[in-house]
Amino acid sequence: MTKQPKEHESRADWLHRDARYADPSTRKGHVGLLAADGSPASSYRANRTLPLRVELVRQLRRRRTQVTFALVALLPVILWIAFSLTGDDSPGTSVNLVDLAKGSGTNFAVFALFATAGFLLVVVVALFFGDTVASEASWSSLRYLLAAPVPRARLLRQKAIVAGLLSFAALLLLPVTALIVGTLAYGTGDLVSPTGESLGYWAAAGRALLGGVYVAVNLLWVAGLALLLSVSTDAPLGAVGGAVMTSIVSQILDQITALEDLRNYLPTHYANAWSDLLASRIDWGDMTRGAFGSITWAAVLFALAAWRFHRKDITS
Amino acid sequence: MSRLFRAVGARAVVRRSVRDERRPEHSRTRAVPGARRIRRTSALGTAVIATVALLALTPGTAAAATVPGATPTPTPTSADIRTSDQRIDVRGGPGVPGTVSLDTTLYLPATTPAPAVLVAHGFGGSKRSVDTDARQLADRGYVVLTWSSRGFGASGGQIALDSPDHEVADAEQLVDWLAQRPEVKQDGPGDPRVGVTGGSYGGALSLLLAGYDRRIDALAPVITWNDLSQALFPNAGGPTDLPEDTPARGTFGGDGVFKRGWAGVFFSSGSSSTGPGAGATGDDAGSSGSTNGTGSTNGTGTSGSSTTGSTDGSGAGGSGDAASGGSGSGGSTGSGSADTSTTGGTDPGASRSGSGSADTSTTGDGTASGTASGNSTTGGTDDLASALGARTGGGLPASAVPPNAPPVTCGRFAAEVCAAYTEAATTGRLSPATEALLRRSSPVSVTDRITAPTLIVQGEQDTLFGLDQADANARQIAAHGTPVKLAWYAGGHDGGAPGQAVRDQIGEWFDFHLRGTGEDPGASFSYEVESGIRAGRTTTTSRTVGADAYPGLSGAAPVTTQALSLEGGPQVVANPAGGNPAAITSLPGLGGALGSLGSRLSAFTADLPGQSALFTGPALTSQTDVAGAPRIDVTVSRMPGQPAAEEAVLFAKTYEVGRDGLRQLLGNAVAPVRVAVPADGSPARVSITLPGVVAPIEVGNRLVVSISTTDQGFASPAEPAVWRIGLAEGATLDVPVVPGRAVTTSTVPVWPLVGIGVVLLLSLVAWLVAGALRRRREVPPAGAADAPPLEINGLAKTYKGGFSAVKEVSFTVRPGMVLGLLGPNGAGKTTVLRMLMGLISPTAGSIRAFGEPVGPGAPVLARIGAFVEGPGFLPHLSGADNLRLYWAATGRPTEEAHLEEALEIAGLGESVHRRVGTYSQGMRQRLAIAQAMLGLPELLVLDEPTNGLDPPQIHAMRELLRRYAEGGRTVLVSSHLLAEVEQTCTHVVVMHHGRVVADGTVDDIIAGGGAASFGVDAPDRAVEVLAALEGVRDVAADGRLVHAELNGTPRASAVQALVAAGISVESAGPRRRLEDAFLQLVGEDTAP
Repeated sequence: MTKQPKEHESRADWLHRDARYADPSTRKGHVGLLAADGSPASSYRANRTLPLRVELVRQLRRRRTQVTFALVALLPVILWIAFSLTGDDSPGTSVNLVDLAKGSGTNFAVFALFATAGFLLVVVVALFFGDTVASEASWSSLRYLLAAPVPRARLLRQKAIVAGLLSFAALLLLPVTALIVGTLAYGTGDLVSPTGESLGYWAAAGRALLGGVYVAVNLLWVAGLALLLSVSTDAPLGAVGGAVMTSIVSQILDQITALEDLRNYLPTHYANAWSDLLASRIDWGDMTRGAFGSITWAAVLFALAAWRFHRKDITS
Repeated sequence: MSRLFRAVGARAVVRRSVRDERRPEHSRTRAVPGARRIRRTSALGTAVIATVALLALTPGTAAAATVPGATPTPTPTSADIRTSDQRIDVRGGPGVPGTVSLDTTLYLPATTPAPAVLVAHGFGGSKRSVDTDARQLADRGYVVLTWSSRGFGASGGQIALDSPDHEVADAEQLVDWLAQRPEVKQDGPGDPRVGVTGGSYGGALSLLLAGYDRRIDALAPVITWNDLSQALFPNAGGPTDLPEDTPARGTFGGDGVFKRGWAGVFFSSGSSSTGPGAGATGDDAGSSGSTNGTGSTNGTGTSGSSTTGSTDGSGAGGSGDAASGGSGSGGSTGSGSADTSTTGGTDPGASRSGSGSADTSTTGDGTASGTASGNSTTGGTDDLASALGARTGGGLPASAVPPNAPPVTCGRFAAEVCAAYTEAATTGRLSPATEALLRRSSPVSVTDRITAPTLIVQGEQDTLFGLDQADANARQIAAHGTPVKLAWYAGGHDGGAPGQAVRDQIGEWFDFHLRGTGEDPGASFSYEVESGIRAGRTTTTSRTVGADAYPGLSGAAPVTTQALSLEGGPQVVANPAGGNPAAITSLPGLGGALGSLGSRLSAFTADLPGQSALFTGPALTSQTDVAGAPRIDVTVSRMPGQPAAEEAVLFAKTYEVGRDGLRQLLGNAVAPVRVAVPADGSPARVSITLPGVVAPIEVGNRLVVSISTTDQGFASPAEPAVWRIGLAEGATLDVPVVPGRAVTTSTVPVWPLVGIGVVLLLSLVAWLVAGALRRRREVPPAGAADAPPLEINGLAKTYKGGFSAVKEVSFTVRPGMVLGLLGPNGAGKTTVLRMLMGLISPTAGSIRAFGEPVGPGAPVLARIGAFVEGPGFLPHLSGADNLRLYWAATGRPTEEAHLEEALEIAGLGESVHRRVGTYSQGMRQRLAIAQAMLGLPELLVLDEPTNGLDPPQIHAMRELLRRYAEGGRTVLVSSHLLAEVEQTCTHVVVMHHGRVVADGTVDDIIAGGGAASFGVDAPDRAVEVLAALEGVRDVAADGRLVHAELNGTPRASAVQALVAAGISVESAGPRRRLEDAFLQLVGEDTAP
C-alpha cells in the first residue's frame, strides 16, 4: 500500500519550492520523528486559550480598528479646523455651545464629547462589539477557534473584554485628544459649563475624562446589544447597524414627551447625564440612574448573548 | 399646575432649554401677544415691531385654536378625582348691589375629609386656567376649590383688582363655604384647614386673603406683587443708601415712572376678558397678553362668537380686546379702545365687537395726542400692529354704544379701577388717589398680619413683578416671625411658568403645613441660575442653588456683596423730544419664546446712541453668580445752556460684556429712576438699585452699568433734556452674592445605586454558577489508554425545521487508520464532521474521541486537528501570522506547534508573508491543511482536502496523509470522490442520505473476500478453468470479463492457471465492488 519514499519525495516537490525546505529527508524525518512524540495535546488548558494579548493583536492589526482610532483621534483636529474656518459670530447673539467650545481647552473637550456621545461613540462601541463574533463567523475562522478548542463562554468573554478595552480606549482617547488639541488651540482657561458655572482647568479636565467614563458606562447596553446581535448573525454589518439603529430609535422615542415616565426606561434617556459633572457640586442622581439603567440592560443583553452563543449551532 | 401660572407666557423657551422632563409645560404654553402692545416706534422700532408682530401671528392663531379647548395635562392625574361645578353667590360688596355669582369648581380627592387648597387664577384667566394645577393638588390628596374671580370667566361682577372688599371678601366667603363641606378637614367650627396658592393676580389674592382671613393655614403665592403702586410706578433711585440686608431689596422710592408697557398689557387683559359663555380662557396678566390671546387671537377667533355669546345674563360682557390695552397704554386710553363693551352686559348685541380693529378705528385721532408719553407715532404703530395682528373684527358701529353706557374702554373693570388706569395712562404719574387704590390691592397693606407659613415663589425673568416685590413680601411677613421660604426660579412674566420642581415644592409646602406629612421644608432659600447658553434640548442649562436661609431675613446673616470698582468719567446723555426713539429692552407680555427674542433685540436696541452713560467694571477674576439687585451711586447734574426739566427720568441697567464684546442685558430689565436735579447745576446724588437678577458672570467678563434716558416700556418725559451723569465719589458697583450649594434633587439616589449593586451581584452569581456547571460538565471521564481515536455511536442530527442530515451513524476509527468518509454531496459527511468538532450538537447519539466525549469546547478537541468546510483565516494577516496566532489561541507552548513543518507542508514559499486576502483558493486550502496539522494532532480530520488542488499536489497530499498516519496517528478524510478514497485510505465508511451504507477496509470493500476480475480473450473457457480451481466459486462471465471469488487463492495463481490453459489475460485485478456499490447509490440521486 505504501509507495516507496523515493517516489513520494519526488512527487511532493510542490510542497517545497522554496529552497529552504528543499530537503525531503528532513521533512520525512520530522513527520516520522513527531509520530513518536507521544501526546503533545496534554499541554492543553482550557483557561489558557485565546489569551487577551492574542485577541488584542488580532483586533489591533485590523484596518477597521486602526481607522476607528485614527478617526477618534483626528476628530478634535477636524473640529478645530472647522472652528477656525468659521468666522467669529457677530456679537449680539446669544452664546451657544460652539461659542463656549472656543473658550478653553476643557470647553473644547466637553464640546467634542457632546458632539460625539449621541452617535459617533455609539457607532464605535457597536462596531467593536458587533464585529467580534460575526466577523469571525464571516471569515469562517470562528469554527477553527472553537475547534482549537476555545470554550465558547471563554471565547465570548475574551472577545467582549477586548472589545470593551478597545471601546473604552476610544472613548477616553476622544476627550484626551480633544483636551490636548483644545488646550493648544484655546489655552488653559476655565471651563464654563452650559449651566454657567466655571471650573478650573485641571478640575475640568478631570471632569471631562470622567464624562468619557460615564459615556462608556452608559454605552454598555449598546455593547451588550451589539454582542447579542453579533452572535446571532454572520453579518458584522447587521450586528453593528442593528445596535446603532436601536440607539437611534431609542433617542427618537425619548423625544416624545407624551411617553412621560416610560422614557426613563429607555437606555438612551440619561445619555447626556454626564453634563451634570460640569458643576462644582456634582449631581450624581441622573448619572446613577443612567448607569443603573445601562448596566441592567447590559447584564440582560450580555446574558442573552452568552446563552445564545452557548447553545448555538455554528454552521457558518 | 400648569395653568396656575399661565400668567407667565411660557412658550417653549429657546434660550433656556432645560431638561424637558423637569418642566414639561414649557412646550405647551402659549400666548401670544397682540402686536399692538408696542406702541412706540422709531424707524428701527417699527421694523422690529413688524417682525415681532409677524412672528406673533402664527402662534397666536394656533393658540386661539388650542388654548381654550383642550387642557393639556402635563402629568397624569388619577381618574378618581371627582369634580363638581357650582355657582356660589357672594355679597357684592361696597358699591355693588346684591350678590355676585362666582363660577366655581370643587375637586375632591380619593379620600376625604382632607385639607383644602384654594387655587386662584391669574389676571385674564378663569378657573379653567388652573384646572391642571387643581388636579395635581387633588392628586396629592387635597380638596381643591377653584373659581373664576369676579369679572373673569363665567363669574359675574367687575374686576376690582383684588380689592379687600370684593375679591378678597369673595375668597373669605369661599372659605366659609368650605367650612360647611363635610369633605374638608376642619380645624374648628367654621374654620377649615385650608391653604391658598395662585400666580400673579392669584398670588396677590393669596397674600391678601391670608392677611384678612386668619383661617388660612398656609399659602404659596407665585410671581406676584408686594405693592402694585411700586410695581407699576417704580422708582429705583433714592437719596440715601438702603440698608444692606436682603439680596433683592428694592428702593421703592415714591413717585415712580409709569411702567406703561406692562400696565397696558395688564389692563387690556382685564378689559378683554370675554364674557361668560364665550369660553375664553385667559391667562393672567403675564401671559395674558398672551393667552388671552389676546388681543389678536381673541379678536380673530372669537369676535363672531362673542357677539352672540355675551347674551349670558350674568353679563359681564367682556369686551374685548386686548387691543384697547395696547392703545390704552399708549396713552390714549380713552380712545384706544374701541372696544366696547358693555360692561353691564345689558346689551348683548353691543358687547364685544372685534376688538382689534375697533381699536384702531375708534382710536384714531384724539388718542394719540392724549398719550402721556406724547409719542406721536403711537397711532401709526397701533395701526400697523393691528394690521399685522390680523385682527379681523371690525370696529363697533357707533350706534352700538348706548348713550349712557360706561366707557367702552373699561371692559369689565370696576369704574374706579378703570378711572385710575385712565388717569395714570394719560398723565404718566401716580396720583395719591390711584396710589391709595393700588395699595389697598397690595399685600403690603396686610403683610404684617400674615401668620400662616408662606412660600414665596418669584421669577427671575420678570419685568412686571421683579425680585424686589418678593423680597419686600418676604421681609415684611418675616418681620413678625412668620416662617417664610423663598424660591426664585428661571422664569416669570417674561419667561416661563414654574417647572415641576417648583410645583413639587409647593405641594410639599402644603403637605407639611396642612397635613403634617413630609419633611419640614424649613425657611431656606433657593434660586435657579441659568446660563443663557443655547444648548441641545436635552442639555441642562440651569442649576438651582440653595442657601440655608434668605440672607437678611429673620436673623439670617445679611447678604454679602462684592464691590466692583467702576470706570467711566462723567458722560452727557440726552432725552430726545417726545422720548422717542426709545430703547427697547423687553417686550412685555410676550412670554418665553418671544420674550427671549426681546432679549436678543435688546442687544441692538437697548442703548441708543447719545442716550446712555456707561460705567464699566473690571474683568472678573472668578466666576460670580449675581443673585439679587446690584447697587450703584451716581450723580446727575444739568449741563449749562442745555434744556432740562426739573427732574430727570433715567433708566439704569446692568450688562454682562464678554471678552469678545458679546453683551447681555441682565434680566432684560431696567430700573427707572426719577430724581430731582438742583436748578443751580450742582449734582444730585442718587443711589440706584439696579434690577434684581440672577446671572452667572464668567471669569474675564465685565459688568457694565448703563444709565440712559429712554425706555420703551416706561413713560419717559416728552420734554427734551440733557443730563450729565457721573459716578458718585468712591462709588462702586455692589453686587449681591448668595453663596449656596447646588441643589441636587437627591445627591446619589439610593435605589438605582442598590439596583446597580444587585445587578452586578446577580451577574457575578450567574457567572460563577455557569462556570461551576461548566466545570462539572467538563470533568472528562479519563479515556482508557487504548480507546480508539474516534468512536461514533448512533449519531443523529435533525436541524431546526425538521431536516434530518444524519441518522443513526455509527463507526469507529482505530489508530493508524486513514479512514475515508465517502458519500455524495449532501450525504451528511460534513454534518458529522461539524459534530465531531463540537460546532453543532447532535440530536442523538454520542461521539467519543480517545475515550472522551466530544462536545462544544471539549478538551479532547485539542488532540484533533481539523479542516472542515474550507479554510477560515483572518484576511488582514499573513499566512504565517495566521498560523502563529491560531496556535497562540490554543494556549499551548509554541514549541509544540511544529510551525516550520506546517509551513513546509503548506509550501507557500515567500507568499506565506503576504496577506491571506491575496491568496488563491489552492493556497488557502494548503494553508488550512497546514493549520490542521499544527501540533501534529493524533487525529487529523480533513474535509475534501484535495478540492482546488492541482493533480501533483493531490498526489503529494495522498502521500502526506498516508505518512501522517504512520506511527499510530489517525486520519479521517471525507470525500465525495471514490478514487480519492480508494487511493488514499486504508478504511472507508460510505454514507448516503445521512446513513452509513458500507463500512470496512478499502481492501475488504474493494476486493471483497477475494473477488477478482480477469480480462480474457476467451471468457467461456476462462470460466471453466477458474471454476476448476480449488476454493474458487461464483465464477461468472460478463462480456470479456470474468468475475470470480478466489476465496484465498492468490490472483497470481489464477492468472497462471488461465495462462497455462492458453487463455490470454489482458488484465487481472480486484473486482470493483466499491465503485459498483457507490455508483449504484449515487446513481439513484444523480442519474439524469
